Amino acid sequence: MQAEDWLQPREHGLYCLPADCYIDPTTPVQCALITHGHADHAIGGHKQVIATSPTLAIMRTRYGDDMAAQTQTLDYDQPYQLGFDDDPVTCTFFPAGHILGSAQILLEYRGKRVVVSGDYKRQSDPTCQPFSPVPCDVFITEATFALPVFKHPPIAEECQKLLQSLQLFEDRCHLVGVYALGKCQRIILALRELGYAKPIYLHGAQLKLCELYRNHGLDLGELTDVSAVTHKASLAGEIVLAPPSALNSRWSRSLPKVRKAMASGWMQIRARAHQRQVELPLVVSDHCDWQALLETIAEVNADEVWVTHGREDALLHQLKLSGIKARALSLVGYDGESDDTSDEEITEGAGGL
Amino acid sequence: MKSFSELLQQLYFTSSNNEKSCLLRDYLARTPDPDRGWTIAALAGTLTFDFFKRQAIKTLMLERVDADLFAMSYDYVGEMSETVAHLWPDSSETLELPSLSALIEQFQQANREQVKELLVKYLSVMTPEQRWSLLKLGTRGLRVGLSTRSVKRILADYGNVEVSEIETLWHALAPPYTELFDWLEGRSEKPDIRDAVTYHPVMLAHPLPENNPMPLAKEEWQVEYKYDGIRVQLVITEKGKALFSRTGDDISAAFPDLLAKIDEPGVIDGELLIINNGTIDTFNALQQRLNRKKPGKKLMKELPAGFMVYDILVNGDCPVTALPLSERRQLLANWLDKVRSDTVIMSPVINANTLVELHAIYTEASADPGVEGLMLKRQDSAYQPGRPAGQWYKWKRQAKHLDAVIMYAQRGHGKRSSFYSDFTFGVWQGDKLLPIGKAYSGFTDEELKKLDNWVRRNGIGRFGPVREVKKELVVEVAFDAIHPSKRHKSGVALRFPRFHRIRWDKPASEADTLDNALSLIVSHT
Repeated sequence: MQAEDWLQPREHGLYCLPADCYIDPTTPVQCALITHGHADHAIGGHKQVIATSPTLAIMRTRYGDDMAAQTQTLDYDQPYQLGFDDDPVTCTFFPAGHILGSAQILLEYRGKRVVVSGDYKRQSDPTCQPFSPVPCDVFITEATFALPVFKHPPIAEECQKLLQSLQLFEDRCHLVGVYALGKCQRIILALRELGYAKPIYLHGAQLKLCELYRNHGLDLGELTDVSAVTHKASLAGEIVLAPPSALNSRWSRSLPKVRKAMASGWMQIRARAHQRQVELPLVVSDHCDWQALLETIAEVNADEVWVTHGREDALLHQLKLSGIKARALSLVGYDGESDDTSDEEITEGAGGL
Repeated sequence: MKSFSELLQQLYFTSSNNEKSCLLRDYLARTPDPDRGWTIAALAGTLTFDFFKRQAIKTLMLERVDADLFAMSYDYVGEMSETVAHLWPDSSETLELPSLSALIEQFQQANREQVKELLVKYLSVMTPEQRWSLLKLGTRGLRVGLSTRSVKRILADYGNVEVSEIETLWHALAPPYTELFDWLEGRSEKPDIRDAVTYHPVMLAHPLPENNPMPLAKEEWQVEYKYDGIRVQLVITEKGKALFSRTGDDISAAFPDLLAKIDEPGVIDGELLIINNGTIDTFNALQQRLNRKKPGKKLMKELPAGFMVYDILVNGDCPVTALPLSERRQLLANWLDKVRSDTVIMSPVINANTLVELHAIYTEASADPGVEGLMLKRQDSAYQPGRPAGQWYKWKRQAKHLDAVIMYAQRGHGKRSSFYSDFTFGVWQGDKLLPIGKAYSGFTDEELKKLDNWVRRNGIGRFGPVREVKKELVVEVAFDAIHPSKRHKSGVALRFPRFHRIRWDKPASEADTLDNALSLIVSHT
C-alpha cells in the first residue's frame, strides 16, 4: 500500500484515512493533529485536538479555553495509537525547531513511515527544542523559502545591526515588526544574549504570548507595554516590538521619530523591504533557507518527498535534479511566515499558488 | 567601492528626502576626488557606457547555477542584479576592494574577456550588497530613489549655489566632475561653457487643471498645437552641432537628414516629426525612425525627419532665455528665415479670441492624428528650466476608451516586484479574444493589490513568467490613439494604453469588439 493511498491532500488539509483525522486543517473537523500554534495551522473549533502541551497552551491563549471540545496532550517521542486496534496508525511527535511546542508528526501505518514536518528550521533557537531528523519513507516538507536566493544569516548578526542602528540614531524610536508568536520572543532572547538589558517595549498584541513563553521557563528580561508609557517621547532610542501590520498604522504615529525595522526572511529581498517602507531590514526567519531544506531532505533520506506550501516549483526541480522522487501537494491556506497578521503583500499570497 | 556600496544601501532604505540629502552631502564632504564624482555620475545617470552587459552577467551566472532555478529566482526577486547578488557563490578568499575610481578605470580599460575575469574576481569576494552595487553601477541601472534633479539640488546645497546654476552647467560637464567640485568648494571660478555643444535644460508645461478652465485673455496667452512627436533640442555653435532628446541624449546620428539642412547658430527647442512634403505624419511613422540608430537612405527618403520649432534659447551666441516668449518668437522667426528648409517649420500660433473658440479648436485638435492637443503659453513667460508654475500648460486631447478583458498578467519589477502588475488585455472577435495591448499603469496601489490577488485566484495557465487568467475581468482602458499595425495579430496598436477603471461589475461578454476598436482609428488625411 502506497502512502498516497492513506494520506491525502484534501480541500481543508492533509487527511489520514485509517486514523480519520486531519493534520493542521483549515476548517473545524472531528479530529485534528496540530503541528504548531501559528494561526494558519491551528484554528479553533475542532471536536478533538491532539498537540504538544505548549501548542495547546498557545491555542487556549488565542481562542480561549473552549477552543476545542476535547484535547489530548502528546509529548515529543511518545507513540500514540490512532485508528482501529487491528489496523492502527501510530503517531509520534518530534521537535521541529520552528516555535515553542512545534512538532513534526511521524505517522506509521502498515510498516510505512511518513513524517509531516510542518514548519521547521535548523538554525539555533533557544525558545524551542531543536529539529530532530526522523528517518522515514516519505518526508513532507514546506517550501516557504525554497529558492536558492534565500540565505538566512545568523540571528545574532541581524540583531547586532539593530543595536548598531540604536547607537547611530539614538534619538529615534526603533519600531521592529515581528510576528507575535515565536519571532517576537526569539528576537528578545537574541537581544538579551547580545547584552541588551534595557526594557523592551511591546505592542499590546504581543503581551499574552510573551507571558506564555515566560511560563514555559524563558527569561525574556524586562518587558513593558507601550500603552502603559504615558510620555511616548521617552521611547526615543528604545526598541519597540509590534506586529508587522502595526508598522505603518496610526498606532505607530504616537511614537517619536520612528525608524522602521522588520524581522522576516522576506527582508532579504530589497523590494519587499521597500514596499513596506522598512528602513532597517532584518533577515530573521523561523523557516529553513534553501541550503537547510536540501540538507534536511538529504539527512532524513526518504524515498519520496512531498512538498506542501511555498515555492514548490523550485524545490521539486532541484529534487528531480538530485534524483529524488518528489511531488507537490498544493495545499491551500498556509501563509508561510505571516502568522496572525494576514500580510498579503509579504506572504506572497499564501501557498495556494 | 566599499563606501560607495554603503552609501547606496543607506540611500536605498531611507525614505525622507532630507535625510537622503544629509547622507549624500556627508559622503561628498568625506570622499576624495575622483571617487565622489563617479558616485554623482552613477546616481544622476550620467555614466556614458556600460562596463558589462546584462547578458554577460547572466552567462557568468548560468555557469554557476542551474538555468531553471535561476529563472525561478529571477521571477521571484523581480530584478536581475539582486538575483545574481544573492545567487553568486561565496568564496573563502578575501581581497581588499579597490576605490570606486580605480574599479571604474579597471573596467574601462578591460577588453571583453578581461571584463569577465574582473567581474568573477570581484563578485566572488563581495557581499550581496556590494555585488548589487557593482552590477547596478556597471549596467547603469542604479535606482535609489534620488532623481537627477534631486542630485543637482543636493550639489547646489553642498556648494551653496543656486540649483539653476548647476542645471545650466550640467550637460557641459562630464564625470568625475572635478571642475564642478573645485568651484563648489571655492577653489576655482565657475566653469566656462559658452561655446560647448551641449544640451540646455528645458522648460516644461503643467497639465491644464481639469474642471478649471483657463481665463483666456487673448493678449496673455499664446496657443499652439501640441505635436505628437518627440521633444528635441538643436544646438549649433562655432564648435559644431547636435540634436538632443529631452533626456539630454545626443541623437544626432539618427537624424543626419535634419542636421545637414541647418547651419545657423543657436539653441532651438521644438518637436521632431516626420514631415513629408509639408504634411506631418503620425507618431507611428516617427517610431520607425526612432528605432534606428543609423537610418538607411531609403528610410530617410520615405520618412524624412522634420523639425517643428517653437522656442529659442540662444540666438547666434547670445542667450535669450530671460526675454519674454513674445520677443523670443520674433527672434525665432528671424532665425528660421535664414534656415530656409521645407522640413523646418515654425509651430503656428492659433487665434482664439474667446473661450468658446478655444474649446472648438481643442475639439478639432483632438480629432487630428498628428497632434496631441494644445499648448497654452504665457506671452510674457521667460524660458525657465524645469516646470515653473502658471507659465505653460498642456491640454492633452481626450483619451479614447475601450472595455477590454484581461488575458494575461506578469509580475512587475522594482517597487512592484512580486506583484502581478503588467496586464495584457484583449477585445472580442466573434467568440474569441484577441490581445490588443498591454498596460501597467493607471491603477492605485490599493487597486494593484486587488488585481494581484485576483490574478492569483484566477490563474489558469503559466507560460514562463506569464500567467494566463480566466477571461472574466473587464477593464476600461484609456489610450491616446489607435493605429493600424502589421506587427500585432489584432492589426491595431494602441498609443500609451493605461487602466482607466476596473470594471469588477461588468461581464466579459459585454466588453468591446475589434470592430469597436477599429472604428476609433482616425483616418489620416
